[in-house]
Amino acid sequence: MTTALAATEIAAKLEAALAGSTVESNGNTVVVKDAQLLAAASFLKTTAGLDFNYLNYLTVTDYQTHFELVYDLISIEHNHHLIVKTRLTDREKPTVASVVSLWRGADFQEREIYDLFGISFTGHPNLKRIFLWDGFKGYPLRKDYKQ
Amino acid sequence: MELNNLPKPEGYSDRDLDKKEGDGIESLQQQYKIAIEDPDAWQEEQGSHNFILGSADALINWARSSSVWPVNAGLACCAFEMISAASSRFDISRFGMEIFRPSPRQADLLIVNGTLTWKMAPQLRRIYDQMSEPKWVIAMGSCAISGGLFKNSYAVVPGVNMIVPVDVYVPGCPPRPEALLYGIQMLHKKIKKESTLQKRKQA
Repeated sequence: MTTALAATEIAAKLEAALAGSTVESNGNTVVVKDAQLLAAASFLKTTAGLDFNYLNYLTVTDYQTHFELVYDLISIEHNHHLIVKTRLTDREKPTVASVVSLWRGADFQEREIYDLFGISFTGHPNLKRIFLWDGFKGYPLRKDYKQ
Repeated sequence: MELNNLPKPEGYSDRDLDKKEGDGIESLQQQYKIAIEDPDAWQEEQGSHNFILGSADALINWARSSSVWPVNAGLACCAFEMISAASSRFDISRFGMEIFRPSPRQADLLIVNGTLTWKMAPQLRRIYDQMSEPKWVIAMGSCAISGGLFKNSYAVVPGVNMIVPVDVYVPGCPPRPEALLYGIQMLHKKIKKESTLQKRKQA
């Protein structure tokens, strides 16, 4: 059984390495600041003892006031699990760093989010539409999407 | 990876191909805004067949209806019911239809089963256009008939009769293979009533 790590301990480690990077933490969820997402993700992947070397999935929720990106990480080595979230308040041009350089599996999922929510990922090697066709107007999975 | 790095000819870069695909879909959406009328002119022709040609028609239609070669457009889960219909338990070859090959040029019947998305619509229209006359279309399942559950979706065509003219609708979600076989028998009846001289309306 995969053990869920206590998020408060991870948050303390993150704070020690990258001051001011976490927003809150409870249960198995750490919320990090969007500007420091890549640094925090890199820390979680490379730090000995954490070694989150596998991204289960990457998804996003539209809370209307903000977007919440969810990264579900596990370590195959230590068999433990953590959820990292980040919030984007900009609805016009939401932008966040791409984690493809860390976890290759994020490639298509980031393209999906870009396609259906209009969030652009800086540093993505091939950020273009994946489901909808070129010229489609709007972002259909946003709550305020009208056909 | 080596192959991906080869230089692309003019107009064939990934960007250009994406744009071409998008433009094609947009123009298709503009072109097909209302449903195409079902080809049912044969119903009015009842009883008005020529005496000599009528006998020829009977022979031709018997030949046509006895071996309707299907081309499968298995778009979603309904395709599995069609596959069952083609396999031993239900056995579509009883109707001379066992030639199930993705080859539109040799086919008479297009069985559209499953949800048609706008992204897939140009390809379906191309398959239909590639089929040689005479040709018929069966829309199998709720999604193919009207868009079904996904009718109001941004990505789904509300019924394949927006894109191709449909002869027989087989309802169900998904329809059982028996339902498909019944639809095929209905199509046979329809083919037997058609007149050879009567030109099918081009959609």
